[in-house]
Amino acid sequence: MQRQLLLGVEAIAQGAIDSGISGVYAYPGTPSTEITEYIQGSKEAIARNVHRAWAANEKTAMESALGMSYAGKRALVCMKHVGMNVAADCFMNAAVTGANGGLVITAADDPSMHSSQNEQDSREYGRFALIPILEPSNQQEAYDMTRYGFALSETVGSPVLMRITTRLAHSRSGVEPCEGLAENHLHLPEDKRQFVLLPAIARKRYKLLLEKQADFIKASEQSPFNRYIDGEDKSLGIIACGIGYNYLMENFDGKCKYPVVKVSQYPLPRKMIKRLMRECKQIMVLEEGYPMVENMLKGYPGNENILGRLDGSLPRDGELNPDLVAKALCLPTTEGAPVPEIVAPRPPALCNGCSHRDVYKALNEVIASYGEGRVFSDIGCYTLGALPPFQAINSCVDMGASITMAKGACDAGLFPTVAVIGDSTFTHSGMTGLLDAVNEKTPITVIISDNESISMTGGQESSALGKIESICRGIGVEPEHIRVLLPVPKNHEELCQIIRTELEYKGVSVIIPRRICIQKAGRDAKKKK
Amino acid sequence: MKTDIILAGVGGQGILSIAAALGSAALTNNLYMKQAETHGMSQRGGDVQSYMRISDKPIYSDLIAKGTADIILSVEPMEALRYLPFLRKGGYVVTNATPFINIPNYPDTEILSATLSALPHHVVIDADTIAKEATGNVRASNFVMLGAASPFIEIPFEYLEDGIRAIFARKGEEVVEMNLKGLRAGREFALKATNKQ
Repeated sequence: MQRQLLLGVEAIAQGAIDSGISGVYAYPGTPSTEITEYIQGSKEAIARNVHRAWAANEKTAMESALGMSYAGKRALVCMKHVGMNVAADCFMNAAVTGANGGLVITAADDPSMHSSQNEQDSREYGRFALIPILEPSNQQEAYDMTRYGFALSETVGSPVLMRITTRLAHSRSGVEPCEGLAENHLHLPEDKRQFVLLPAIARKRYKLLLEKQADFIKASEQSPFNRYIDGEDKSLGIIACGIGYNYLMENFDGKCKYPVVKVSQYPLPRKMIKRLMRECKQIMVLEEGYPMVENMLKGYPGNENILGRLDGSLPRDGELNPDLVAKALCLPTTEGAPVPEIVAPRPPALCNGCSHRDVYKALNEVIASYGEGRVFSDIGCYTLGALPPFQAINSCVDMGASITMAKGACDAGLFPTVAVIGDSTFTHSGMTGLLDAVNEKTPITVIISDNESISMTGGQESSALGKIESICRGIGVEPEHIRVLLPVPKNHEELCQIIRTELEYKGVSVIIPRRICIQKAGRDAKKKK
Repeated sequence: MKTDIILAGVGGQGILSIAAALGSAALTNNLYMKQAETHGMSQRGGDVQSYMRISDKPIYSDLIAKGTADIILSVEPMEALRYLPFLRKGGYVVTNATPFINIPNYPDTEILSATLSALPHHVVIDADTIAKEATGNVRASNFVMLGAASPFIEIPFEYLEDGIRAIFARKGEEVVEMNLKGLRAGREFALKATNKQ
């Protein structure tokens, strides 16, 4: 078949379509978003009517996918690494229920935090859940391993975690796809109690999962994506995980003098690792993210012959690159001219004409008289309100934490406190926090800065669209304290007045400044032409 | 052959269209290529870069090592300087002359232009004006930039033309022709500027 130019994430999407998935379930998050977008735009997926609508959050996505797997069909779940925290309840238990139809969970990690609040390593989740993990090293493998992952999931009857990082997710290369598979027919699990995790059944299922570990290791040892590559110089052996393999091979122009174990599937291929440790004096571990493999091999006593991020051969944090790997291997590196002093940093900023700007301008003006440190915010474009010129917010922690942190600070005696949250983040994880505040009549002011789209990730459709007031009423916010208005410069005074009044109210207020994302408005206008 | 290019600019300036043309040029001519970019946070008016690698042999790393890039191709003059540590000895800086000023501490433009002129191998081009003159449309300026970099890219010029044809085929002959004109005008400028003609 003809080679296609695909991002790593697109290769996964095409791989999933060609694996005969019946659904993709996801919430947008960099660098995972384009997997779902690709499937949404795929003619084939549309013709087959593959489920491809966005979910409200990663947990609902994971659960729906598990339901599809229960019904015997193949499902793909996609999220960024921190989305795994939201999905974790279902994810951990899905390892115990096992899968019926093939179930692959793609977690896109973001080491170096290009667009994230931490750099947690999703492989730790896979290890925690005791399920197989795949970590492709290039775009072709991303395609091939997605197909392999669905097959593996059905063979071993377990969900499979596919872990990628930013540089594979958002790098393009030629990918050769192959003939697609048909979707599964609806077929319920043979054991009708497989998915009933009552303690008595869960204990049996968990024992079964433990028994399967040997099969998972065997699969890793036989995997076409794990390889032992011998080398003449046994002073060092290298374990190269995922895209760490690329940086190694880049430095040796494809021919490494040391023995190498290329790892793209976990649990670790035990025999290959043992052989490497037996034959080589020292072991260097190249892995993107946490020193997970390194930690396992080093052990608590701290084997000094294991090198990597923990002994300082490589930095403890941040993504790998060819230069860091060269330095770790004591290979010569070079550098061009230094950056001239005149080069100024150019941080991202809220767009000109963005409605969040109007909101922060008014909020800053009103809150000034109360003193600093009382605005809790959330995950989205409006997080940029932390930077100049606004410097308007005091927190950004996780999806939905604005409302609950404002509540906690208020419980502690800080008054008034304000939460600033976006429309989609509100329906993702803000609603339950609002319910807590309503039930306790906590005097917080929640600003749902509604731009009618999931903007930071490219303007996907928000689950909140057209529903925010009714959700707030349903949760029990008093209708007279749900205040909607159009945030434009000419309404500045009115917005200030509303914020001023609601800050003083001794109960829950919700202010909804609503104006469509300026980027999305532009794209929509273009489409209409 | 092998060419490693750092594409630079500001979020929203469309450096990825240049990458797309190069990628398509490589793929249709059976060359290996990798092109890494960043999405998300960095798109909101911040600095953006893309690593473009083309070779007739398999490519491993998606990232370019420091001191090894053959070309910095920037659609904004200050952004061109940000990636100098990546440029190899003898490598070229090809940049648009028009500043994109969205920060309060943007450097003095005269000092900026003097810094660029002092680089050993550089092409500073007013891509917007050349695009307007050659095609009547400023929107061709990114391909004027690609044209200006083309003398230093180790793949035949016709491949780049193929790339533009491929990515704009759906938009009709007129758009293809406009961008090809821009590409050629940019190349001509660079050849003159570096006395390669």
